[in-house]
Amino acid sequence: MTYQPTIGIECHVQLATRTKLFSATDNDARDAEPNAKVSEIDFALPGMLPYLNHEAVRLAVRAAQALNAEVARVSRFDRKHYFYPDLPKGYQISQMYQPIILAGHVDLPNGTTVRVEHAHLEEDAGKLTHHDGYSLVDLNRAGTPLIEIVSEPDIHSAADARAYAEELHKIMTYAGVTNGDLYHGNMRFDVNVSVSDTDALGTRTEVKNLNSFRSVEAAVEYEIGRQIEVLESGEKITQETRGWLDDENKTVSQRSKENAQDYRYMPDPDIPPIVLDEADVKEMQADFPRMPKEYRARFSELHVDDSVINALLANQKIAEKLYKVIEESSTDIAKRIANWFATVITENDETDLPSTANLIALSQLTGQEKLSSTAAKEIFIDIMKNDEDPMIIAQRKNLLQVSDSARIQKIVEEVLASPAGAKAAADITSGNDKAIGFLVGLVMKESRGKANPAIARKTIIEKINQK
Amino acid sequence: MSEIKKIVDKIRTGQTMAVAEVMAAVERAKNIADTNAILEITEEYAIKRAEQVDKDIADGKIGRLAGVPFVAKDNFLTFGSKTTAASKILQNFQAPLQATVIEKLEAEGAICIGKANLDSFAHGGSTENSAFGVTHNAVDSDRVAGGSSGGSAVVVARGVVPFALGTDTGGSIRQPASFNGVVGLKSSYGLISRFGVVAMASSTDVVGPIARTVEDAEIVTEIMAGKDGKDMTVWADGYRKADGKKPKCIGVIKEFMGDGVYADVKAAVKQQVENLTKEGYIVREVSLPMVKYAISIYYIVVPAELSSNLARYDGIRYGQRSQDAKTLAEIYGLSRDEGFVDENKRRIMIGAFVLSSGFFDAYYLQAEKARTLLIADFDKAFADVDFLIGPVAPTPAFKIGEKSHDPIQMYLSDIMTVPASLAGLPAISVPVATTKNKLPIGLQIIAPYKKDSEMLAFAKTIKEEKK
Repeated sequence: MTYQPTIGIECHVQLATRTKLFSATDNDARDAEPNAKVSEIDFALPGMLPYLNHEAVRLAVRAAQALNAEVARVSRFDRKHYFYPDLPKGYQISQMYQPIILAGHVDLPNGTTVRVEHAHLEEDAGKLTHHDGYSLVDLNRAGTPLIEIVSEPDIHSAADARAYAEELHKIMTYAGVTNGDLYHGNMRFDVNVSVSDTDALGTRTEVKNLNSFRSVEAAVEYEIGRQIEVLESGEKITQETRGWLDDENKTVSQRSKENAQDYRYMPDPDIPPIVLDEADVKEMQADFPRMPKEYRARFSELHVDDSVINALLANQKIAEKLYKVIEESSTDIAKRIANWFATVITENDETDLPSTANLIALSQLTGQEKLSSTAAKEIFIDIMKNDEDPMIIAQRKNLLQVSDSARIQKIVEEVLASPAGAKAAADITSGNDKAIGFLVGLVMKESRGKANPAIARKTIIEKINQK
Repeated sequence: MSEIKKIVDKIRTGQTMAVAEVMAAVERAKNIADTNAILEITEEYAIKRAEQVDKDIADGKIGRLAGVPFVAKDNFLTFGSKTTAASKILQNFQAPLQATVIEKLEAEGAICIGKANLDSFAHGGSTENSAFGVTHNAVDSDRVAGGSSGGSAVVVARGVVPFALGTDTGGSIRQPASFNGVVGLKSSYGLISRFGVVAMASSTDVVGPIARTVEDAEIVTEIMAGKDGKDMTVWADGYRKADGKKPKCIGVIKEFMGDGVYADVKAAVKQQVENLTKEGYIVREVSLPMVKYAISIYYIVVPAELSSNLARYDGIRYGQRSQDAKTLAEIYGLSRDEGFVDENKRRIMIGAFVLSSGFFDAYYLQAEKARTLLIADFDKAFADVDFLIGPVAPTPAFKIGEKSHDPIQMYLSDIMTVPASLAGLPAISVPVATTKNKLPIGLQIIAPYKKDSEMLAFAKTIKEEKK
């Protein structure tokens, strides 16, 4: 029996706003004491009312563009009710009926397209920690703005599930919608998995609250295997919510559909609808950055390894820098720079990058063989720290290659005159070509690495043939 | 003549001081303890405030309400007293901030001397549902004060203060004003901020004054109106002065004058029709066919919203927590069981039911559709008439205990006040007559949306029939 897995993903993205979705409370609680970032509104005192953060709306509208989605001209907020100590009002403000982001799609690097059903704005809940005989509530995160992106069930492998999660992370961080800090839960994934050996979809299970790409892939992989095993043994899949045990690398049953809660959704009468016309949307989407897909298309012209491209895309500033380099120079020049960048990249690097002009100059010097690849790399690292004209650095550090044939001829003559050199030359004459490399090495050593190895090789062969 | 202006004039000319006015009001408040209209007299805080106001006056800062004492219904968040909403669950709740309207009134020199009794969480029309005992009618202590702003109406009717604050969700200002012979204004939805007012039903809750004259009601309304940046449903334009155009045409709501309306109440309205006709108005009967569904709509929409708004009272963060609770479910269940009165529970259950999965479309959504048709009825009526008039309630104040055993009878007595609430329209109750046994009867005027000032100008011309 072959089974086709089908996967849909819901992703919660924390918006990079200064304040919460409905209160003026600081939204950055990363190093805060519990309950230090909580206002009367977040705490749900009697008589408190929500006041919509316009910046959250702006970021949602930009997220729509990143998702290739239309923005709803009218969207509304609804209340989702349940009792739990992390939910101060007894309801979460979300968008059940009229979400702000309509259908869109995400293109994965491997060519797969995953459709997005919709995405909506909502507020986050607080956090509970359980101790021996008591539990503590921290409401710092309560009211933090999120968008929940709901995909269509267009994914059919664990690898693609991961690729989708990674691509969402990239487009959302590139668009400035989120800080994308996975460690602090800026993006959390719920995966819906089913398998079927017919055209009809199988019964699905949902694994909630995955907060790394690795866990998305592993949880999907595990669920596919588990479900096939259940079906193969003649049992049925129970529609249920499952949790992911990261240490044990497995999912466990949490809540079945029979125990599903009734959220008693209703329109929130305290918040007027968000009404956006064409001009509003245009203004909010102004100065939209390039998306990873665009960089990939451009970088493919360089014919570098996929691993290099992925490394470049991990840092938006570097991707953009390289894009500019390509626009202002040639693929040859840019390819060299791409490879340099790929070796030094770290994610979310805050340091300033060298100017496009200095990068191009450095690549040109290398192309013209005025710098050895080792010397070029050394200068590249220098200008990454402190942007400077690479020629000036090369001169100061005495790294320019000697391409002056008169000087190289003199060194070659000295080398051939030495006992070791003479022996090698004799070997070559008797047909052992391998010794040429040895001689080039001696020339490089004598020139303290500055001789152009190609010219040195040519000169050595000429000298030996003259004899 | 405005009693507010009288006090402010005397203060301005040095004939009295804020402290003296406040101490006198506190004394009067203590003298009506038998009515149980006031839950807490905030003597200490009020005198401190009065001393500050006197200092401001000495410095030449004389607000429009300098030295004027008032009472707030106990669902307004205020300093200097607890804010209980007449409930056990909030019986020890001290607000850390004040309602916007309290801040606005204080900024003009007004001084809150106490908190008025109400039906718990404003659920009721007789103040019999207070967790702290019934309030007695200002005229006949065997009868109800009306509600839910019963305490506010009684303190004004008994001359304790020139005005008091109430809230009106389905008649809670107009009906007790009518029952006690004072003026009660339900402002247009969106004129006055609800921030810091314990919510009942968000889409119909409004703040308004109860006063002895229409002029005083207007002074207070003008000060309270306008945006505060905390309630998104408040409109930007605030309170406009009436355009000065004299209204020509008045409609009497046919459905309010049918069977089941007390003879004296009908007679009082008919007397006003006669007066208006004499003064040259065209008075005609107007039918609002949807009004017969108003109670059904109201008792779906309002319980739905209030069940949601009361979800925050869970005994977790503040408020009364049951001493017997051992589990999380018991904290919720027992705290809410002990903290809410029967009427609260009844309405929470109705609300939870109409919002529950499978019933939402049939009840809530259907009610909202019918509500739209009701608003259309009003729009149609106002195309032909400037204002609508009719009784406030089918009867004068009824006997304490007369209806409390029968919630349906109690709900039906709201028939004349809920239509304006559902439509968000301004409406006012002005005293126009008394029954043979001296029970007050009010006339209700309903105006088009946002025509609060025009309505008040018209209401000033209505004269009470003295027998």
